[in-house]
Amino acid sequence: MDNNVIVKVDHVSMKFNLSSERFDSLKEYIIKTIKRQVSFDEFWALKDVSFEVKKGDSLGLIGLNGSGKSTMLKTIAGVLKPTIGTVAVNGNVAPLIELGAGFDFDLTARENVYLNGALLGYTRKEMATHYENIVSFSELQDFMDVPIKNFSSGMVSRLAFAIATIGTPDILIVDEVLSVGDFRFQEKCEKRIRNMMEAGTTVLFVSHSIEQVESICNKIVWLEKGKVRGYGDAKEICEAYRKS
Amino acid sequence: MSVYIQNFMKFRPLLSELIARDVKIKYRRSVLGVLWTLLNPLFMMIILSVVFSNLFRFDIENFPLYILSGQLIFNFFSESTSSAMSSIINNAPLIKKVYVPKYLFVISRISSSFINLMASFTALLLVMIATRAELHYTVLLVPIPLLLLVIISLGVGLILAAATVKFRDIMHLYSVFTTALLYLTPVIYPMSILPAWLHKIVVINPLTNILMMFRDVMINNRVFSLESLVIALIEAILFMILGLYFFYKKQDTFILNL
Repeated sequence: MDNNVIVKVDHVSMKFNLSSERFDSLKEYIIKTIKRQVSFDEFWALKDVSFEVKKGDSLGLIGLNGSGKSTMLKTIAGVLKPTIGTVAVNGNVAPLIELGAGFDFDLTARENVYLNGALLGYTRKEMATHYENIVSFSELQDFMDVPIKNFSSGMVSRLAFAIATIGTPDILIVDEVLSVGDFRFQEKCEKRIRNMMEAGTTVLFVSHSIEQVESICNKIVWLEKGKVRGYGDAKEICEAYRKS
Repeated sequence: MSVYIQNFMKFRPLLSELIARDVKIKYRRSVLGVLWTLLNPLFMMIILSVVFSNLFRFDIENFPLYILSGQLIFNFFSESTSSAMSSIINNAPLIKKVYVPKYLFVISRISSSFINLMASFTALLLVMIATRAELHYTVLLVPIPLLLLVIISLGVGLILAAATVKFRDIMHLYSVFTTALLYLTPVIYPMSILPAWLHKIVVINPLTNILMMFRDVMINNRVFSLESLVIALIEAILFMILGLYFFYKKQDTFILNL
């Protein structure tokens, strides 16, 4: 792979089986298999998607609901494996897909910092050096020993964002997360993402706010019903997207 | 292969966090906290010792210890495998959103059960000291049967975890299975009372062999035979390979069924 290319998505298709009847039980499954009644409705969330992201680029994914944006990000993050095609990623990925996914709500904020950090591949020691930074960024100084089940959703997202953006990962995946928190915190997050980009992090960005995408990204992939409708410089694609 | 090891090393901190979480959450808000891991098996053992040294008696020397050692081995197997079984399902929210090597969840459950096993083992030693049972040098060999038991449980746990994602029935079926298994393992009864046909079945059970090795070194002051060691070793490797193979084959489809 070319050293400059950090993410290479090569003819990726992703199929989901929407089983018309769910069978959670073994008996049903066996009976239905014998009767040959197992029928799946196939659903292709992604169809033959290809694009490349170069190091230092920031790529935006736009499209309507259900166009396959999140599925695309999940295949890049390694959560899903594509049915056909390959995704090659050349570096470590910090996923910001749905903030707070890695939290245990019975643990305190402090314990969650370490748990979540470990999910991102940091050791306890490394997390200890980032700890102060996380606390001050999330502005939760007084609440670090409170179980996060007592947190408001804004507090949870602030903590999660602060944890996910420590260090300088090679690739940062941001999926609709800037819509959380108040206006001031959103600005703070955007600023932090920009700082990371300057430090050389490649950003993959999903948002429904086309203005946000336009201001942060320089390349855009426009998905429509799982197919690439447009791929190229941010300005052109954004204009075309607005017109449609 | 080195890719797998590298990946494992990257997520090793996560493993310790997951184990710590399991232990922390279990004893959250209790005054004595982690001390319960030791107190719980100790109380259970005291009750069992009293019951079985007064109510039921088989013709076995130091019957309470016979039962306690059996309980220790069997409880570890049934607890670790059942919690490993639900590990993937319980961590579904995480697996759906972040890439994590999925076998870590199984290993973390087995490890937290192993912590309980260590506590029960300490309790067993305390009971042995309290009842003035003799401790012999053979006790030093005890890590061997325990290690083999952990490997077997891990293999079985991997198979169960992978299979349960698709067929949830296994969760309900398995508790029935472990009950049957309890009576097919010489936990409460001596091997000598079994009729010939049942004896054959009980001997096939891998847990029987491990349990007998454990009792030999713990209470019988005997080194287990080479034959039983080799058999246990083969069984452990077999379960482990089966478990890894099955889990590896199925792990990419987990997310579609969670």
